[in-house]
Amino acid sequence: MVSEDRHQKAVKELYDIADSIYRQIEKGQIPKMEIPLRSKKNIQFAPRKGVWKYGNMKGIRSAKKLNGAYMLLRTMYMLEFIKDMIKDNKSSTLREMYYISEGWDKGKFGSQDESNNLAEDLEIVTACMREDFKLRPEEDGARIIGNLTLEEVNRKGIKKRINCQDDVGDSGYSIPYNVETDKVNFIDCDAKFVMAVETGGMFDRLVENGFDEDSNAIVLHLKGQPARSTRRMMKRLNEEMNLPILVFTDCDPWSFRIYSSIAYGAIKTAHISEYLACPSAIYIGITTDDILNYDLPTDKLNAQDIKALKSELTDPRFKDRFWRDEIELMLKINKKAEQQALAKYGLNFVTDKYLPEKLTELGVL
Amino acid sequence: MAVSTAEKLARGQKEISIGEFFQRNKQILGFDSLTRSMITAVKEGVDNSLDACEEAGILPDIYVEIEQVSKNEFKIILEDNGPGIVKRQMANVFGRLLYGSRFHSIRQSRGQQGIGISAVVMYGQLTTGKPTYVISKTEKEEVAHWMRLILNTKKNRADVIEEDFKVWEDKEHGTRIEVFINARYIAGKQSVLEYLKGTAIVNPHAHITFKDPNGEVEEFKRVSDENPRATREIKPHPKGIELGYFINMAKASKHRRMVTFLTDEFSRVSPRVAKEILEKAGVREKQSPKTLSIQDAKSVLKAIDEVKIMAPQTDCLSPIGPTLIKKGLRNVLSGLRPKFYAPPVTRDPKVYSGHPFQVEVGMVYGGELPKDKQVEILRFANRVPLLYHQGGDVITNAISKVDWRRYGLEQRGGKGIPYGPAVILVHVASTQIPFTSESKDAIANIKVIENEVEKALRLCARKLKTHLSKSAKKAKNREKFNIVQVLLPEIAKKSASIVGKPVPKLGKTITSIMNVIWIDDSIEYDKKRHKVQVDIYNYTSTIKKMKLYTELPIDNLDMKKIDPEPDDINGDKIQWDIKRITSTDVFSIKFELKGLEEEDFSDIEVYFSDVNPSIVIGAEMLPGDWNLDDKKITAAAQSLFDYDEEKDDDGVAGQPDEEEENDVVDYDDEADLSDDDNGIDDKAEGF
Repeated sequence: MVSEDRHQKAVKELYDIADSIYRQIEKGQIPKMEIPLRSKKNIQFAPRKGVWKYGNMKGIRSAKKLNGAYMLLRTMYMLEFIKDMIKDNKSSTLREMYYISEGWDKGKFGSQDESNNLAEDLEIVTACMREDFKLRPEEDGARIIGNLTLEEVNRKGIKKRINCQDDVGDSGYSIPYNVETDKVNFIDCDAKFVMAVETGGMFDRLVENGFDEDSNAIVLHLKGQPARSTRRMMKRLNEEMNLPILVFTDCDPWSFRIYSSIAYGAIKTAHISEYLACPSAIYIGITTDDILNYDLPTDKLNAQDIKALKSELTDPRFKDRFWRDEIELMLKINKKAEQQALAKYGLNFVTDKYLPEKLTELGVL
Repeated sequence: MAVSTAEKLARGQKEISIGEFFQRNKQILGFDSLTRSMITAVKEGVDNSLDACEEAGILPDIYVEIEQVSKNEFKIILEDNGPGIVKRQMANVFGRLLYGSRFHSIRQSRGQQGIGISAVVMYGQLTTGKPTYVISKTEKEEVAHWMRLILNTKKNRADVIEEDFKVWEDKEHGTRIEVFINARYIAGKQSVLEYLKGTAIVNPHAHITFKDPNGEVEEFKRVSDENPRATREIKPHPKGIELGYFINMAKASKHRRMVTFLTDEFSRVSPRVAKEILEKAGVREKQSPKTLSIQDAKSVLKAIDEVKIMAPQTDCLSPIGPTLIKKGLRNVLSGLRPKFYAPPVTRDPKVYSGHPFQVEVGMVYGGELPKDKQVEILRFANRVPLLYHQGGDVITNAISKVDWRRYGLEQRGGKGIPYGPAVILVHVASTQIPFTSESKDAIANIKVIENEVEKALRLCARKLKTHLSKSAKKAKNREKFNIVQVLLPEIAKKSASIVGKPVPKLGKTITSIMNVIWIDDSIEYDKKRHKVQVDIYNYTSTIKKMKLYTELPIDNLDMKKIDPEPDDINGDKIQWDIKRITSTDVFSIKFELKGLEEEDFSDIEVYFSDVNPSIVIGAEMLPGDWNLDDKKITAAAQSLFDYDEEKDDDGVAGQPDEEEENDVVDYDDEADLSDDDNGIDDKAEGF
């Protein structure tokens, strides 16, 4: 679909929401909206796409409750704001919208989480993407280093060819918030896999050790839970360039969730999992077994960690054997470890020994 | 002119000689530490002054000043406007231990043992070596007389060093004492100021001024011009009397026969009862009390236990009373702006071991009182604040036994002293307070007293609970009000502007959300006037009529500023007939009160009748006894039940008639968006 059409479709969908609210009030009903529930209770595996999507459970946002009434009022303000942006051909960041809501009187948001979530609610209800609403996130600075050549349309509208090894500095190619084909296209790639790394420290270690060249890898920095554009980038590399995605994180409950967002789809964005998730992504480590096998320095689990692990036991995405064992073992040994713990055996240990061993074990090399 | 009070007091003053004993045991008099000594000294003086003023029917004006002489030496000045002390008794009152009129009488008074003020004099002279200065003037005398005296502890009498007459400017009557003592001055929970605060609360008829060692002056104004009811002396009641006491009485009796001794020296013993006792005890009626054997005395006491004797009279007690407790609490605590003063409870008098006693409880809640600390307990015995040994006191015990969680305070495990922004006042009045020790710090754990305190606490706490649930309900209703009055009109306006249509009417949506009659009241205080407004919102779908009632201080009601005019005024009770409020309309009643202090009218109780009570929030249904003394009672009571026949199809309050399926999930309660995040920024899901 051409971009202009997408915006017009968004306008129509948003109008329908306002119209529905209007009609309900006109009929003397209590205005409400029905929205698919965004919780782990309501995600299910979509076998054909190989990812996790929202199920059929719906929640009601009704003006009968104070919270609901506030959210409906904010929805009306947001609709109007998006409509006006599309009309005036402007766009705004999510953060800007949060600050603009300062002027929405009673419709003002309490936090940026609230406004971000409402934007996602609207995506889900209208089946549009936030880009269609002219809303974008801030750049979050996730980056890539490796032998990948791509073309990016720059600010001046000119296609600029970039090799992510030769044309970039130490910090690599910075992933823009829009990685769709109107902005970024892959030209050429001489790499065997993508190594997606959780922490900046480990990313820098792999780069300094020349892992991208020696192992023919694209090293990608996730920056914690990866942003949508980072996940979309991995998805495209996976699908278009046929590169396996390998996920290399800390060993703690939160890192497990990073992997599940990449491979299965995040709960927050389950409505667009098929655009973002790479079902074939492989978890390299650090695994709980690694802690024991490599005798890594550890920290004790804190109360939050334990709560998170227990919650993962009831998360349908972690239902398979591997994760169940990981989670239960972690609870049992009551320990977690950082990626940097590998430095116990020297700075080159990760690239000389750990990764090659793991890659061989997993059959990637 | 009748005999002056001072003269009368003087006649009752007798001697008991145990001066030396107390010199060696000063701790039991409350002089066991330097800080304690400071409070005891002030307390004994102030208690004496209050008692003397009360007996003389004078509204007390008390001045307390503490001057620091050196590190541990202080000069304490106490001055009152009491009846004064006649010259010949002065040395005795201040210079002899256990010398006073009250020791031998059974009545409610502060200084029960009469060891008070002379003990201060003695303590002062023991620690500083300095004599005490006293000046006093009675109404009858032209001039005051003063003296410097020290206590001769061996002989239990005063040695006057120096004395003379002098003109006391502007003083009609009163006494002033200046005593030097070793002590320490502190602030905080067990301090002179706290003691005076407590004293001011339970003695709202007193005016107390306090100048501390730093020269700062704290004044507790008089908020009541009524002196407490005078207490009467009564004879001891035979039930529960102790053997030793009984034998002493018998030995000292002027009566020659047991039967007249029992009849005349005890209360509630008629000759018939006396005969019954003696018969049961196997003691002759003619037996002389003086020669009564211990064995016989025991038998008499045993018989007293078995014989039915009328309970002691209780009109000898002087409770503070609910009105004055509230006034006193307001006077002293208003700086903390408490939200709620629970109506205080004064129980009927009861009896323990032959002594009548009476319990009173007051409670204050909210405002700037600390939320996360234990509640403050103010204990009083015969209007005297108890500052020490809180843990061993019957009051504390009773408080700890109540499950305060039921009344809206926090309490771990439902036992112990509760937590929350509250002050609990408990006053025990008795002719004989059963203190745990001579220093009168705590009331002994006597079961009947504990039960009475507990009952009074529960009664008072129930009112707190009602207040709390009412405010919670109000807050919840305010939420809904916010929805229909503020948010919904905005939603309608915005949606209309987006779809480009006129703003829709909200009536039916509003009644669907609310389906109640909402009664809201507000009180504003401005320029000495209370401006009161009661709004009745009809958030139901049909036209409604009802009657509204409230109770007002009618003398303060400004008849020109009452709108609409009431349909009936009966004493303090006012009634409006509201003929018609259409759906989503509001009906307002406004009136003004004049000449009241702000706190005199801080809460309005609104009652209604003639409408289905299940759809009304913000007011109570008219109580059945509202118009008890009125002929209209039948009509009013009848109309209460009329709604049943009205065939009201409004359903239940707060239950909109729109579909309310139980399996509807509230989106904003359910959504669990942080599932992939850990709340730490660098692992929270990005965008």
